[in-house]
Amino acid sequence: MAAAEKPPVTGTGSAALDSALTWVDQRFPLMSTWKAHLAEYYAPKNFNFWYFFGGLAMLVLGIQIVTGIFLTMNYKPDANLAFASVEYIMREVPGGWFIRYMHSTGASAFFICVYLHMFRALLYGSHRKPRELIWIFGVLIYLLLMGEAFFGYLLPWGQMSYWGAQVIINLFSAIPFIGPDLSLWIRGDYVIADATLNRFFALHVIALPLVLLGLVMAHLLALHEVGSNNPDGIEISKHKDARGVPLDGIPFHPYYTVKDILGVVVFLIVFAIIVFFAPEMGGYFLEANNFIPADPLKTPPHIAPVWYFTPYYSILRGVPPLFHSQFPGVVAMGVSVMILFALPWLDRSPVKSIRYRGPYFKTALAAFVVVFLILGYLGTEPITVWGQFGAWMGNADRATVVARICTVIYFLFFILMPWYTSIDKNKPEPERVTH
Amino acid sequence: MSDVKQVNKGRRNLVIATCAAGGAAGVAAAVPFAASWLPSERAKAGGAPVVADISTLKPGEMMTVEWRSKPVWIIRRTKEMLEGLTRVDAKVSDPKSDVPMQPEYAKNEYRSIKPEVLVLVGICTHLGCSPQEKPAADKGEMGADWAGGFLCPCHGSKFDLAGRVYKGAPAPVNLEVPKYTYLSDTRILIGDDTKGA
Repeated sequence: MAAAEKPPVTGTGSAALDSALTWVDQRFPLMSTWKAHLAEYYAPKNFNFWYFFGGLAMLVLGIQIVTGIFLTMNYKPDANLAFASVEYIMREVPGGWFIRYMHSTGASAFFICVYLHMFRALLYGSHRKPRELIWIFGVLIYLLLMGEAFFGYLLPWGQMSYWGAQVIINLFSAIPFIGPDLSLWIRGDYVIADATLNRFFALHVIALPLVLLGLVMAHLLALHEVGSNNPDGIEISKHKDARGVPLDGIPFHPYYTVKDILGVVVFLIVFAIIVFFAPEMGGYFLEANNFIPADPLKTPPHIAPVWYFTPYYSILRGVPPLFHSQFPGVVAMGVSVMILFALPWLDRSPVKSIRYRGPYFKTALAAFVVVFLILGYLGTEPITVWGQFGAWMGNADRATVVARICTVIYFLFFILMPWYTSIDKNKPEPERVTH
Repeated sequence: MSDVKQVNKGRRNLVIATCAAGGAAGVAAAVPFAASWLPSERAKAGGAPVVADISTLKPGEMMTVEWRSKPVWIIRRTKEMLEGLTRVDAKVSDPKSDVPMQPEYAKNEYRSIKPEVLVLVGICTHLGCSPQEKPAADKGEMGADWAGGFLCPCHGSKFDLAGRVYKGAPAPVNLEVPKYTYLSDTRILIGDDTKGA
C-alpha cells in the first residue's frame, strides 16, 4: 500500500490523538480532505455580508433533516390520520410543537437563504465562467427544494395542502395529449387521495433529500475545484506566492468558519424569535386555511401558495389562455424558472461584479428585483386586490394588468441580457481584491 | 498493454453489446416502478358510478353528490334561470358548447338531458378548484347584469347556470358535464350512461 507512506499526523497537542489520527489517515483520506476543503482551501479575503447565506442554507438543510426525522416518528401518512397526527404532534408529543415549528419555519428560512444566495451570485457574477457548473448544480438544488417544499406541504392534509396540490398537479393536465393521463399517474387516483399523500410522503422524506444531499456535495466540489468568487468578481488565483497560495486568499478554516459562526448565531436568534413568537408569520409561513382538515368537496375562498412560490404563481395566473388551453401559462411559469440555467451564457459582460458594471445592468437588475417582489406580493393576494380599471381598460383587474407587465419585464431581464450587458459602460476591474 | 494502440474490435463490440443489454435491462426494470404509480384496483373500483335521488330537489335548489371524490352538482333550474342563459350567450366564450366538455346528449342550449335538471362536475377547468354558487341576487359582488352562476375562488373564473365559462376568465373551457342517465324520473346514475348498470 503506497498510501501507508503518508507522513504521520502531528500538531494536535496530544500524542494519543496524533497517533489515532495517523492510524485513520493511513486508511482514509482524512488529512488530505481536511486540507483540500477547509484548512488549505483558500477563499478570497474580501467576503462580505452576502457570503453568509450559502453556509446558512446548509445549516437549515441540517435543521430540516433532523427535525424531519423526528417528525416522521409521530406523523401518519394516511389520508384518514394525517391531519390528526400533526395535531397530535402539536398538542400531545412533548416538544412536538417546537420540532414542527422549526421544520415549518425552516422551510421558509431555506428559501430566504437560497434567494439571497442566488441574488449574491447575480450581484458579483458568481455564476460566470468558470463557475457555470456550480450555478447549474445550484439551480438544480433550487428546483429540488421547490419539489421538496411542494411535497411536504401536502403532508399536514389541511385545506391548503389539498387544494394547493390540486392546483399544481392540474398544471400537468394542461400539457397537450398526455396531460390528463400524466396527472392521473402522479395522483394515483382520480383526485388527490390517500395514494397521492403516501407517495408524496416517500418522495419528501427519502427520495428528494437523498438527491438534494448529493447535489449539495456536487455544488461544493465544483466550487472547491475552481475556487470562490468574491465581491470584486476577479480571480484571486492570478496572483500567487512562491508556495502557490493566492496572495488575496485566506484559509477557509479558521477564518471563514469563525465568520460563519457569527452569522449562524445571528441567524439562529432571528430563527428562534420566529419559532417562538410568530411561527405562522401572519399566514405567510403557515396559512390559516391549513388548520382546517382537507375537504375535497369544498375549495377555500382564497387559494395562494406559500410565499416562496408566489412570483411564479403570478406569472401562471397572469398569462391568458390561448385556443381554450391554459398551457401557455404553464409554459411561461416553467420557462421562468428554467431560464435560470441559461444565465451564465446570457451574460456577456466583460466584468462580473456589480461594482464595475455599468448603468444598464444595474438598472436591469434593480427592475428585476422590483418586479420579482411585486409578482411575489400579487401571488399571495386574490386578483381583485387592487380593484378594477374603468371601462377604458375593459374593466380589467388592476392586479392582473400589473402582473402581466411585471411578467414581461421579468422575461426581458433575461432575453435582453446578451444585448445590454455587451454594450454597457463598465468600469475597469482592479488587479487585486479591494474591501 | 498501453503501447498496443490497436483496439481489439471483437472485444470492443462485446463491451458495447454488454453495456447495451445492461442498459436495456435497467430501463425495463424501471417499468414496474413507474406502473406502481397508476391507480390501484381499489382506486379504480372507487371510481364506480353513483346514484343520486333528486325527488326532494325543489326548483332553484342545488345538491352536491360525490363521484370519484369530486363534487357533482345537480341543479333544478327555474324558468327564469333558463331564460337567463340565452341573455348571457354573448358573454360566454363557448355558447354552443363546441368544445367536447359534455356527452353528445348534453350538447344543447341547456347542457342537460332535461332542460331544467343540470348535472355538472363542480371542478373548475382552470386548475381544479371548486367554484362557489353565486345566485342572481349577488349583483353587488358580481355586477349589475349578473344572471346567476358560479365563481371560482382561486382565480376568478365565472360560469353561468349551464356551467359555461365567461369570456376573459382564466378557465379555458366550460365546466364538465359527466356521463349520466335517468334510471327513473327521480334517480340519476352519474358516471355511466348505459342503463341497467
